[in-house]
Amino acid sequence: MAAVTLLEARGLTHRFGGLTAVRGVDFDLTQGECHALIGPNGAGKTTLVSLLSGRLPVQTGAIRFAGQDITRLPAHQRVRRGIAYTFQITSVYAGLSVAENAGLAIQSRGGAEAEVPAALARVGLEGMAEARAGTLSYGHQRLLELAMGLALHPRLLILDEPTQGLSAGEIGRFKDLVAGLTPEITVLLIEHNMEVVMDLARRITVLNFGEVLATGTPKAIRANRAVQSAYLGG
Amino acid sequence: MKALLLHLGVLAGLLALNFLAPAYHHAMLARIMVLAVFGLGYNIAFGYTGLLSLGHALYFAAGLYATGLLSQAGWSAGPALLAGVLAGGAIALVSGALALRTAGVSLMIVTLMFAQAGYQTILYYTPLTRGEEGFNLTNAGRMLGPVNLTEETPRYLAALALFAVALLLKLALVRSRRGRVMVAVRENEERSRMLGYDVFRVKLVALTLSGLYAGAAGAAWAVLFGYVGAGFAGIQYSILPLLYTLLGGAGTVLGPFLGALLMFYLIDLTSDVSQSYLFMVGASLLILVVFAPKGILGSLRARGLKWLP
Ligand SMILES: Nc1ncnc2c1ncn2[C@@H]1O[C@H](COP(=O)(O)OP(=O)(O)O)[C@@H](O)[C@H]1O
Ligand SMILES: [Mg+2]
Repeated sequence: MAAVTLLEARGLTHRFGGLTAVRGVDFDLTQGECHALIGPNGAGKTTLVSLLSGRLPVQTGAIRFAGQDITRLPAHQRVRRGIAYTFQITSVYAGLSVAENAGLAIQSRGGAEAEVPAALARVGLEGMAEARAGTLSYGHQRLLELAMGLALHPRLLILDEPTQGLSAGEIGRFKDLVAGLTPEITVLLIEHNMEVVMDLARRITVLNFGEVLATGTPKAIRANRAVQSAYLGG
Repeated sequence: MKALLLHLGVLAGLLALNFLAPAYHHAMLARIMVLAVFGLGYNIAFGYTGLLSLGHALYFAAGLYATGLLSQAGWSAGPALLAGVLAGGAIALVSGALALRTAGVSLMIVTLMFAQAGYQTILYYTPLTRGEEGFNLTNAGRMLGPVNLTEETPRYLAALALFAVALLLKLALVRSRRGRVMVAVRENEERSRMLGYDVFRVKLVALTLSGLYAGAAGAAWAVLFGYVGAGFAGIQYSILPLLYTLLGGAGTVLGPFLGALLMFYLIDLTSDVSQSYLFMVGASLLILVVFAPKGILGSLRARGLKWLP
């Protein structure tokens, strides 16, 4: 099976005032893979995926998605084309019910209200449909975000530190869930938990000071000396 | 269902009052219903979509003057009213396309400035608009087909008809898919954008709908009460619908009507005690913020009437 490139970023650079958060990044995603993006805090991971999802406007560089140039496309149109983003800092509609949250995601792609129970069941939130989203535990809010992302039926799902703040049991559940998404959905996973990364990712990109330090299979990354000294702590 | 019955019940009650209310209250209720339409529209932007505008007097005045001036130019009431509604919507659309590039406090300031510019424009063209002094519509201009709107009962029923249409359309809107997206934008803009919603567009549509309501209220005011004047374009007419909405409950369908009702009677009752209208406005705002920050219906909804739209 020939590998098809789903997303292709070239020469992405992003500055916040004088600070260059992302510097000349080339980045490819293969259709159907789970790709992990790792790197120390402040390496520019969130900034990079924000450029891909359209949350931040591209200053320099170009992005192609599914064969088309999306560099200038606003975020909501990228979502329509199949790029879903779950926030690093959980962002649900706190004042609305869990069902409404999922319903808004489904409605966005023209789906029917009847799909809500299935969307919630997919992440194990079926019992909480009527609860206000803001009253859920942190872990459940993260699951709700995931449910909303999936309810968009994305081609690419970007998860920004999804296991941060989850209990060990919740992390296990989450891993199973994400493992079942590929190859239908391409997953880009920002993750600090190395065990999660090594279990899920087929390829890993390491970011450091806004630059790509290395890209490769988990095995190759583990063996990479530059990565070891910069990030994995020798 | 319960919600629909409640709203139909309110309309039925207002119809009954046409026959039961003493003349004084009958006349007052007609005014309340027209200004409540202004409030209902304001709430679409503010209560449901989270757009805090301080410039809705502009949209009200657009309807008032479009209808009033066209009536003076010899248009009959029907077309003049329609033009007034559209004027409110059009001005909201154009000013919104610029103002909605800002949010929060900036939006308040920009909408306020637009409205002040509108007010100054009306004064600048005093030869045409008669400025602060204003002008009266001719009796011929106040004939809606065979209906003579200078008479109390037809006027009341016309106000009720407008209010009924505005209320039921709003009920349908807030329960529709678009209404839900408006609330989503109010609750969390960034999340809505990242769910694929065009936030700017949602806001612009909401503001335009709101402007159509304001325009309808202004247009109706001109024809029903026969007077057009620059006072309606002033800042206090931007504050009034906000007050109605806050008092009755932002993000509730009936709230602005209840707010308008209360404000009118509050001012009416206390006008014997004090002539200070602004004092009453200030006092009611203060009481509101302290005791019921969600407004009357908003508080009721929070205390168990969850079905209240
Ligand atoms: N909105 C912003 N304004 C200014 N600086 C920012 C902003 N967002 C991120 N940064 C800075 O950019 C760098 C990269 O941040 P980020 O992409 O969040 O890193 P990571 O997700 O890898 O932890 C950091 O130094 C951070 O402080
Ligand atoms: Mg980050």
